[in-house]
Amino acid sequence: MRIGASVLALMVLIAIAAPWLGTVDPSLFDAGSRDLLPGASGEITTLEGETLRHTFLMGSDSYGRDIYSRVLYGTRVSLVVGVATALLALAAGIVCGLVAGYLRWLDGILMRFMDGVMAIPAILIAIALVALWRGSLATVVVAIAVPEIPRVTRLVRSLVLSIREEPYVEAAIALGTPTRKILFGHILPNCMAPLIVQGTFTCAFAILVEAVLSFLGVGLPPDIPTWGNIMAEGRAQFVSFPHNVFFPGVFLAVTVLAVNILGDGLRDTLDPKMAKRV
Amino acid sequence: MNVLEVSGLTVGLPAGGDRRHAVRDVAFGVGRGEIVCLVGESGSGKSVIAQGVMGLLPRALPLAAGSIRLNGEELVGMPAETLREHRATRMSMIFQEPMTALNPVMTCGEQIDEVVRFHARLSAIQRKRRILDIIREVALPDPERIVASYPHQLSGGQRQRIMIAMALVLEPALLIADEPTTALDVTTQAQILSLILALQKKHGTGVLFITHDFGVVAEIAHRVAVLRLGELVELGARDEVLRAPRNDYTKMLIASVPAIHPKPRPAARPAGGEAPPVLQTRKLTKTYRSGGWLGARREVRAAVDVDLELRRGQTLGIVGESGSGKSTVARCIVRLVDPSAGEIRLDGVDIARARARALRPMRRKVQIVFQDPYRSLNPRRTVGEAILEGPRNYGVPADEALERAKKLLELVRMDASALGRYPHQFSGGQRQRICIARALAMEPELLIADEAVSALDVSVQAQVLALLEEIRSRLNLAMLFITHDLRVAAQVCDHVAVMQRGRVVEYGEAEEVFLRPRHEYTRALFEAAPGRGFAFGTT
Repeated sequence: MRIGASVLALMVLIAIAAPWLGTVDPSLFDAGSRDLLPGASGEITTLEGETLRHTFLMGSDSYGRDIYSRVLYGTRVSLVVGVATALLALAAGIVCGLVAGYLRWLDGILMRFMDGVMAIPAILIAIALVALWRGSLATVVVAIAVPEIPRVTRLVRSLVLSIREEPYVEAAIALGTPTRKILFGHILPNCMAPLIVQGTFTCAFAILVEAVLSFLGVGLPPDIPTWGNIMAEGRAQFVSFPHNVFFPGVFLAVTVLAVNILGDGLRDTLDPKMAKRV
Repeated sequence: MNVLEVSGLTVGLPAGGDRRHAVRDVAFGVGRGEIVCLVGESGSGKSVIAQGVMGLLPRALPLAAGSIRLNGEELVGMPAETLREHRATRMSMIFQEPMTALNPVMTCGEQIDEVVRFHARLSAIQRKRRILDIIREVALPDPERIVASYPHQLSGGQRQRIMIAMALVLEPALLIADEPTTALDVTTQAQILSLILALQKKHGTGVLFITHDFGVVAEIAHRVAVLRLGELVELGARDEVLRAPRNDYTKMLIASVPAIHPKPRPAARPAGGEAPPVLQTRKLTKTYRSGGWLGARREVRAAVDVDLELRRGQTLGIVGESGSGKSTVARCIVRLVDPSAGEIRLDGVDIARARARALRPMRRKVQIVFQDPYRSLNPRRTVGEAILEGPRNYGVPADEALERAKKLLELVRMDASALGRYPHQFSGGQRQRICIARALAMEPELLIADEAVSALDVSVQAQVLALLEEIRSRLNLAMLFITHDLRVAAQVCDHVAVMQRGRVVEYGEAEEVFLRPRHEYTRALFEAAPGRGFAFGTT
């Protein structure tokens, strides 16, 4: 878990400090520095027309853009998409799950709808939703979150169903506590541990899906540097210049792995039953 | 020679526990054909001793010193392989919860057969005969059918009989019974106890019987060993220990056991009549329906035509075995479940079908304390938040509610510093006090105690009962006291309703019901109450 957390912390640092890590504006290109190999130095022209000497640590792509800068700035997009998607899916799933678990008459309708959503592959829903709106950060986040909502809903519902039978919930009913307060004051705090774990997995999944969407060209517009976009552009000349795909791919894999390790670790620490077994 | 001879048994506890040893320097013996009862409150180390003898101690509890001899043979340090061969053939064990002790996906016959197959060289036909014999011996009807059934198809008492059959099929010299009747109803318990007695006498088995219930001890023990915090404080013949205990702790425990005969009630109590009843139920009925649509429709009548009446300052007991519907009645009155028919009058207002809005002011008048002190408080909220919750819901200003909470904690003999702490920092008895304070914070007219003392150790139980009694008289509350324990009911109730299968079969003044029961079921309940011949709690 510590490894996962420290790798993630490093990623967050990279994302925040991207402008100061020897990068240039990720959208800059220079016709003279196309398809450079990693480590090669070349020239790059800023928007003001100045020409700078620049070392292309990860090489450059077929437009002459610096892959190192693009990958580092791409970290921002990936982390934002991951966290925002997880938060959105959790928030919506918590509300639906609480309602389905507590108000029994809504349960049937709501859960059959959720079953319907789950029957469609997540990536297809996401592609359809992005196609429906327009590729922007917000739409991508929503599109990835929507198919995740039923998963969170199911989890919350099952937790609510067991917690609502606890005597302390019945005592709260007898104390005249309004339903809203019972849901958010008594039931929700006692479901948090598994939800946090679910959140980390949603986050990892969202980072992956965002990359897939961008790679397929249905995610964020190509001018925004995301790991998926960089890989999509590098795909055409993957055989001759594998670094175009390699570096963003490594970043993607490491980040997703780190989030998953963190999630597993959290599950073990937050679940008292697991802790006892160790 | 004794069947079992334990001496100097010391078992360690992991660091950070409340004491260094789970059990320390314990010595006792079990003779052939003898029943020795190990008695003690929770955490006294009774089960640790049983596990130690069976060689089943968890790794966190290492055997530090001592010797355990079975038929003269030293078990401590014996190779695991040999020890395993001794289990079932020379010593075996039955547990508290027969549902979890049996494998749900194997038939009962297969499970007994497993024991026989691994430990005895017998042909399939001989094994089959042996199994049918033992099932007949534990008095299960229709052995052929029982052999082929799965545990969930049997009742709790039948499952425990299967466990006993499994333990005794190879005629071990020693049987360890760890609270074998605690999860059973009192009438079933009486049957299982007499079964253990009969089998033990027939086979001359030595029995180490672990229990917390002095009634059970009085019923079956030859000798009694009393444990306290891992140490053996008293060991002697049953009559000696129960009638003339020498150790102070034993004295206190035995004095805490409630007497089964009702105390004479102070005449000062309002006999009722003039004052209108706080609670009145008329033909209260709750039917649970399940299935329908595609499955077969099933109806369970949990409560049928229940008529009760309760006045201020009085305690009404509802007694019955599990599934008799006593908790359903309580939950209907608090409106945690909606009654199917009938009336529930609180101060004359029928709330049986009241909607949420109309119900809200009535909720203040009825409060409930549940059985399980560990689940009755939200683990993520402080004691203060729990006690303040009710008053704050009804718009009592925060500082006033806090004042009230402090007074209530004092009333239930807790320190005001408890307000800022979390439930896990308190013992079961303390938590139950907190639950009582939480209920009282609403200033109710009717307090329902749903098995509120059943999960507590006998000495703590006595304290909480005394507290409830004091509160009832001081605040002039009406109390509805639900229990399966006749002894407890005898101590606190003015009136008693006996329920069986959803119906009230006998209802009257406690003294009448206890001393001159009219219904045969009530009589059966009294017959089954363990240790009724012993006058506990009179010293």
